[in-house]
Amino acid sequence: MKLKKIKITSRKLRYRLTTSIFLGVLFLITFGAIFWHIQKGPELDGTPKLLRYSFLWNEKVWMMLKSSKRMSVDKPVPKKGEKFRVNGSLGLREAFYPENYFVKVNNGREPAELSISAFKLLPKTNYSTDFRCIEGWSEELHYAGVRFRDFMEYYNVGKKPDGKYYAYVGLETPDRRYYVSLDMESMLHDQTLLAWEINGEELTTEHGAPLRLVIPIKYGIKSLKRIGKIFFSDVQPPDYWAERGYDWYSGF
Amino acid sequence: MNKLTIIEKHSRILRWTHWLNFLLLLLMMWSGILIYWADQAFLPIPKLWAERLHLNNRLAEGMGWHFLIMWPFTINGIIYVTYLIISGQWRREKYQSAQKVAYFLVPLLGAGTIISGLAIYKPVQLGWLTELLGGYRMSRYIHFAVMAGLLLFIIIHVIQVIRHGWNNFRSMIAGYEIEKD
Repeated sequence: MKLKKIKITSRKLRYRLTTSIFLGVLFLITFGAIFWHIQKGPELDGTPKLLRYSFLWNEKVWMMLKSSKRMSVDKPVPKKGEKFRVNGSLGLREAFYPENYFVKVNNGREPAELSISAFKLLPKTNYSTDFRCIEGWSEELHYAGVRFRDFMEYYNVGKKPDGKYYAYVGLETPDRRYYVSLDMESMLHDQTLLAWEINGEELTTEHGAPLRLVIPIKYGIKSLKRIGKIFFSDVQPPDYWAERGYDWYSGF
Repeated sequence: MNKLTIIEKHSRILRWTHWLNFLLLLLMMWSGILIYWADQAFLPIPKLWAERLHLNNRLAEGMGWHFLIMWPFTINGIIYVTYLIISGQWRREKYQSAQKVAYFLVPLLGAGTIISGLAIYKPVQLGWLTELLGGYRMSRYIHFAVMAGLLLFIIIHVIQVIRHGWNNFRSMIAGYEIEKD
């Protein structure tokens, strides 16, 4: 390809350069102004409004592409009892007494209190996959517990009187200091567990004993430890990190 | 009247996408560092830098920006590469080495950031891609390395541009270069 050559007066050329520089500066100022406007403008749940809308838009795009239907890839089973990273003690500061521990389950109709054995008698599911923290690190872990789906079916919770699922599930720690909410589609996922074992051993207190959520299709912030209450709603329940600027969906 | 011969070197589309890409890439790198701060797995960010440049404790904000700007960054990149191919501009023989590198290597690096980025962003839905790149942790390494490659290119590119002088630099602003007799 040949480059085009033309003859031009120096006056016309000066005009062309001036116009280009002017447009360039205008472009820079506009770009900077848009950035500043987003960054310093009003916030929605701890993040600039446009960034919040961007999270919601991305959520729509990936939900449309069925991101909550795929499986988190299987990984080799780690050694039994292998130690793993402790991160976050929100909601775990109160003393924990296993003998009188009950999980409140609220279906919107009749609330129930379930002991841990009420969960352990349900069909046990186990698998190994990556645990991915929103900070960036990841670990291969082996989980065992009951599928959330199986739990809902066995105790007949999660559905409205008309037989349809509620849109959201909310979970909180007994002291209510940490709480998450999730979309029903993700909670029905095959790998979403109410777990009592990791790497072949009972959960320790710092890892969320006696029962924790494990949802590997989302960032670790959603896998709430030491479940105190499970409830269902059509209104999105509060979510600790989503109130602090993070993406509510946080799904892979 | 005094007439000059000019060479039409860079088209309008190329100039706009080039400068837009520069600003968008800057935002991607900045927000990427805000994310990286939360788990400095490969290279620690010196504490003093982090404090002076306010890079600390801004993970949520970094993610917000990163996942917003990724869209215009990708679209602009596609327009840029499509234009290079359709116009046949990448086939010009006149170009010096810096431009050849820019035209061949940089779009590849750009595509590398997007592909490795997707592997980290959607490791379940695009699990096959994450596994293809060697897993989640390896994808993060690759994403970081490709970004470092782009950064290195930018540094070399800027040095080259300074060395080539105003006539060359102006062609990326106004499009033309004045032919010397």
